Order: sequence, then structure tokens, then C-alpha cells
Amino acid sequence: MPPLEQIKTLLENAVPGARLEIIANGSPSGQLSLLIDREHGLAVAEVLREEADLSFDYASNVTGVDWPEKIIKEKVKVKKTVEGVEKEVEEVLERKTPAYLEAVYHLYSIALRHGPLVIRLRTQNRSDQVTLPSLTPIWRSCELQEREVFDLFGIHFEGHPDLRRLLMWEEFTDFPMRKDYLEPDDYEYEPTPHDDVLEKARRHQAAEAKP
Amino acid sequence: MTAPDVMERIEPVPSAEPLEKPIQPRWTLSRPKKPAATHDFLEVSMGPHHPSTHGVFRMDVVLDGETVVKLKPVFGYLHRNHEKIAENTSYLGSIPYTDRLDYICSMTNNWAYVLSVEKLAGLAVPERAEYIRIIAGELTRLFNHTCLAGFLLQDMGALGTPMMYAFREREKILDLFESLTGARMMCNYLRFGGCRCDLPPGWIERAQRVVQDYGPFLDEFEALLTGNEILHARTKKVGVLPAALAVNAGVTGPMLRASGVNYDIRKVDKYGLYERFPFRVPLGAHGDVFDRYMMRILEARESLGILRQALSEIPAGPVIDPKAKLRNLRPKAGEAYGRIEAPKGELGFYLISDGGPRPYRYRVRPPSLINLTILEDMCVGHTIADAVVILGSVDIVLGEVDR
Amino acid sequence: MVDNELRDELSKQGVVLTSLAELYNWGRKNSLWPLQFGLACCAIEMIAASMSRFDIARFGAEVFRPSPRQADLMIVAGTVTKKMAPQVVRLYNQMPSPKYVIAMGACAISGGPFKQGYNVLKGIDRYIPVDVHIAGCPPRPEALLEGLMLLQKKIAGQRLTVGGGQPPQDAGELPVPSYGEHDLVPSKNTELWQPPVLAPSE
Repeated sequence: MPPLEQIKTLLENAVPGARLEIIANGSPSGQLSLLIDREHGLAVAEVLREEADLSFDYASNVTGVDWPEKIIKEKVKVKKTVEGVEKEVEEVLERKTPAYLEAVYHLYSIALRHGPLVIRLRTQNRSDQVTLPSLTPIWRSCELQEREVFDLFGIHFEGHPDLRRLLMWEEFTDFPMRKDYLEPDDYEYEPTPHDDVLEKARRHQAAEAKP
Repeated sequence: MTAPDVMERIEPVPSAEPLEKPIQPRWTLSRPKKPAATHDFLEVSMGPHHPSTHGVFRMDVVLDGETVVKLKPVFGYLHRNHEKIAENTSYLGSIPYTDRLDYICSMTNNWAYVLSVEKLAGLAVPERAEYIRIIAGELTRLFNHTCLAGFLLQDMGALGTPMMYAFREREKILDLFESLTGARMMCNYLRFGGCRCDLPPGWIERAQRVVQDYGPFLDEFEALLTGNEILHARTKKVGVLPAALAVNAGVTGPMLRASGVNYDIRKVDKYGLYERFPFRVPLGAHGDVFDRYMMRILEARESLGILRQALSEIPAGPVIDPKAKLRNLRPKAGEAYGRIEAPKGELGFYLISDGGPRPYRYRVRPPSLINLTILEDMCVGHTIADAVVILGSVDIVLGEVDR
Repeated sequence: MVDNELRDELSKQGVVLTSLAELYNWGRKNSLWPLQFGLACCAIEMIAASMSRFDIARFGAEVFRPSPRQADLMIVAGTVTKKMAPQVVRLYNQMPSPKYVIAMGACAISGGPFKQGYNVLKGIDRYIPVDVHIAGCPPRPEALLEGLMLLQKKIAGQRLTVGGGQPPQDAGELPVPSYGEHDLVPSKNTELWQPPVLAPSE
């Protein structure tokens, strides 16, 4: 497989206006990923499949990931005037990481026997702008997997031929794999209760003990 | 007795060279034409409880007489929230849950997960452990493929007899697993960086005897089935899957190879020590149900060859690094995707670590679910009895489809 | 009642002395027809129990019926998810009485290893009455046979007279839960199942 920088330049030349970014990977697996912007996702995917050197004809895995907002506290040294004297004071700066939902695609090439290429698409935010282009017209294997991502995370894929829930029932309203999902409370009985499960069971006992 | 015309389809060793003419797949829209307005359609829900032993799977079929016009599968009746539970469980604690994904083949599920964690954390595996993994994996492939032949024949109406033979052999292999791991089905045997414990004394001789007996058993099995005219009538030209559609739809495993595409992850990724084992990759010429059935029988025979070699060559040594960190494994923040050639297809695990003891995102790439993407395409135009046979040939296990 | 020694003497002479209930129950318990109802991994052990090594046929339970109208034993083998639960209750309602339920495996008893799941029903006894619980994950086929023998003992002890040993649901059909927005509605059948009270010291 050609190195990721080469693929990036090839795609930037083929799809004008596409904004691509290489995301680093801290683990020893060496699988770097390519972040593609939402507007050019479909065009870039088509180039990935059709280009002779790349020939990524097989989308192996489509995943959703939930990145909620995180507040990172950093200690920074700032010059401030304190009682008329300029001093370097340590301040704690709070920084919010952006919140988004992400779809990760693992691509392989059966014709040229190389892979994996990891591409990522991110939504604007987690609440109301959760649409992404569907890559099902390019790789049919995304059809059921994108439905599952919609079911469990809530990402709406535009251009998907049949976007409905896959695993949960149609009347279900939550998105269970999100980090802020509240489970239904049916822990009334636990044979060997411990830790937080015991707390959940006790809450039921208290609720039912009330007249 | 093996059908002579099938042997020509096997590729000679070695079969890992890149194809001269790379396949240029195009996704063709293969949906049925809109039926005439005067037809009277019957909508039937097959499942989630139906006699085919694949589990709680439901297909909403629209029939024109007996011909399938539309087929929509419905999943989720065994959705056990494996991925969400894994986010609250340590890396080690998820291994028993992986047993229950494809519950017939627990060793290969363990292997896929353990491979992904080893990629994520950068762990090495000793040689003896790799050999044991290959032996366990190929034994699993043996009985999975034989049991599939049994289930397929049962769906066709051979009410249990091939299944009796298949399960009889499976019991012998389950005895081996029980003496090795302590459990028949949910083995929970592989660990990050090796195996849980070493082989008990005498295990290799017993395994060699099982493998020795398996060849004549497969001959007997095939003598009853492969030349059988009812099998031929019900499976030839039924459920044809063209190669280009198979590649584009993400179909993997014996189903892909039955359509003629030479892609076996053991040959492509060369994980474990599979490079040392010269085995052939059978390919189908037509992509119908009969090819998929023959694919499993031929792959079972190749597995016997691998097992004979592995059992005779297995080196001495440790099976796991004694200082390997299992309980409090905290891989560095990052991600990894590891995959193996499970008996059903490509089983992959995608793990994102945030540096803590539990994975941030744990994803199972289920071969059975993705092989079902083109179920409708294969079934449309056939009768409803063929739909059952086609579903049987896809080889699904609901624990993996719904996780 | 006639004591057993006299009975054995008589039976050696070819005279069998029994009561109607005993005869009736003997016939019923030795020809239980299970419903082919495997949900998950325990189903494979159930199939293995019906295969040649662990032969469930010698207990008379060989004919696994695909239709609930012809079965009298439902072996719930595997995890019952909330999506599947209404179907399980409907199948139970369709079985003619007298009917029995065996909850096989940890998942059918209480949710099992998947107890934390949002889609997992924490035990099938929330909606239908269960006669025998078989522990294990999955229970060995021998354990299933032991559970079957326990059920046979239970059937042998049932009386034919009204009010004696008849299961409580003969009054009608059990209510089928429906899919709600976050959970099944109702989440449990309170007439059948009450959670036990935790001791205050726990």
C-alpha cells in the first residue's frame, strides 16, 4: 500500500477542495487514519475505489464512535500584574474539546491485496447537526453497518437507500451506544449484589417501600 | 468418493500471488423489477421462531405464489449489548464475552480479539502458543464446516441424520477442548501474548487420533451427500452470487471464495504462523449453494492437512510470557483493527483505547451480518423453499449477527 | 393405599395396581414434547443433548415440535432479549395446557453474563411461570437431562383433581408486553414475579 501521505496528495489532486488530515495513532499498531470532510466524503470514496493504484474495493468495517465534550484543565504560566509587580503566575486554563460523532471506515483492496486504510468522517456536533454522507452507493457492505451506526449512535446518513433501525425495535427512541445513555432501571433483583449494582437494587427497595 | 469435476477447481500451491488481472468491481443495482399491479401478494414473516436452527432471525418475505418478490431481514432479536458491556469491562474480562459471539466457534473468536489487543498493545506471542492457536483454530473450522453441512441438509429435509454424524464427530473434538480448557463450548482459553495454560500430557496423541479418524469420516459423509441427486437438484444454480457483487457487498469467507474470488485472510495477512503451512485455497466456479457446500467440505480437508503438520511440528517452549500483564492491561491511547479468517468469514475487532483499563470503543466486525447484505439479491426469483436453503448456505450464527 | 411389596408381588403375577393419576402422569411425563425454541448458545447444547451421545430420546422427548400448538414443554435456551420477549410470551400463550417451562442457562434465569445489557430481559420468569431452572453457561447436556428428570418428578406428583398442582395461568392468556420508547411496557408481570426484598443488613 502506498504511504498515507502519498494517498493524501493523490486524493487532494483528484478531488479539488477536499480537506484531508492525517490523524496520528498512539498505539504500536501503526494504523494511521485519514480524516475527510463531510462535503467531499462521497467524491473521495469514489476516487479510493476507482484509482488503479489504490483499488479499495472492499469496505470491511464501519464503526461509530461517540466523542462527548471533554473539559481539559491545563496549567499555564501567565504573566500577570499582581499588586503592581509583574510576576509569572500559574493559572489553570479550561479548554473544551469539540463534541462530535464519528464514523470510521476500514478499507481493504482485494484486487491488490493491501490495506487497511482507515478513513474518518465527523459530524458537526452531537445534538442537532448529525448528518454524514452515506458511502453505501460506493461500497454496498456499508448498507447494514451504517444502519447499525444510525441505530446505536444517531448519525443520519444522507443518501442511504433504507435508513431504519437495525438492532433495536422501531419505537425505541434512544441511541444506546452514546456515552450519555441512561439505561432503563430494571435491577430490582440481584442474586449477588455488589458495588453499583447493589446501589441500583437498593434504590428500588426504597422506592417500593414508600407507601 | 469425491466428485471428480470439483477437483479441477482447486488452485495449485502456492496461491498467494496477486491476480494478474485485478478485479474491477462495479456495484450493480440488482433489485427486482416492480411487479405488475394485478398480482396478489402474500406477505409472510418467517421467524423469529422457525424450525431452521439458525436462531432468532426474521425475514419478512413478500411472495407471488411461491416465488420470492421481496425479502427484508429483521435483526436484533439476540442483541445482547456486547459492545456496551465491553466498555465497562476490562480487556481481560471481555474474553469470555467473545466466546459467546459466534457460539459454535469460540476459539477463533478469542483469537480475533486477542490478536487485536496484541496489535493495540504491541505484545509478542511465543512460538508454541502460535502453534496451539493454529491447532485450536483449525479444529474449530473442521467441526464448524461439518456441522454446517449437517444444518444445511436438515433445512433441506434430511431430518437430522447428517447432523447426527456431524455432531458425533464434534463431540470428539469437544472432548479435546474440554481436557485442554475445562469447557466444551465457551473455552475462554487464549490470552494476550499466548494461551492460558499448556497442553495436558497425551493431548497431542489424542488429537492426532481424532484427525486420523476424521479423513475417513469425511469420505463417508461425502459418499452419502455429495453425489446425492436431491442435494444436486436443490442446490445447483440456486442462490447464485456473482463475484463483483460479493466483493462490493463485503462478503467474506467461504461464501466469497465460492464465487471465485481468491481472498483468504490466512494467506493475505499471514497472521499467526500460517506462512509455514502450505495449504490450498479452494475456489468455486458458479457461486451457488452447491459450491458453498463443497467449499466447506474442501476447506475441512485442507484443515486436516494443516492439523497433521502442526501436531507433528509443534515445538516445546512457554505458552505465555510469565511477566505478561493480563489483569491491569492499560494499552497506550490509540486504536487497532485486527482480523482473522474465522470459519464464517472475516472476524475483526476494532479497539480504541484511551489509556485506561477499559476500552473506549470496542467494535466487533461480524462476518455473518455482513454476509447477509445480499440475502435479498440471492433469494429474489427463487421459491420460498430455496430461500431457506440459501439462508442455510450463508452460515449465520445469531450471536454474531446481533452481538 | 397399597404398600409397595404387595404391588411388586402382584406385578410379578401380571397384575398391575395403580391409580388413575399415576397412570396418567406416567404417560405424560415420559412423552414430553419440547418446543423447538433455541435462542442462543444454550440451544447448541440442547441440540447436542438430542444427538446420539446424550440422547434425549430415551426420555421420550425426542420430537421437538416446531409449532407451539403441538408442544407441551418450552425449553427457553438462551438469552431472552427485550425485542424477543413479546414473541416468547405469545408462543407460551399458544401452547395448550398443561404446559411446562424449563429455563435453561443463566441468561434465561436472570439475564446471565449479559445482565448489564439495555436490551436483555433479566430473566424469563418476569413474564411466564417457570417450573425448572437449570444453571450453567451453558449447562452441559447432562444438566439438561437432569433438569428434565426433575420436571418429570414434578409432573409425577401432580394431582388430577381441580385445585391440586394446576399451574396458575389456566385462567387465561398471559398479557404480552409491547415495545415502549425506552423499555418494554410493562417491564414485568407483577402477578407472576415479585422481586425479593433485600435484607436490611446487605
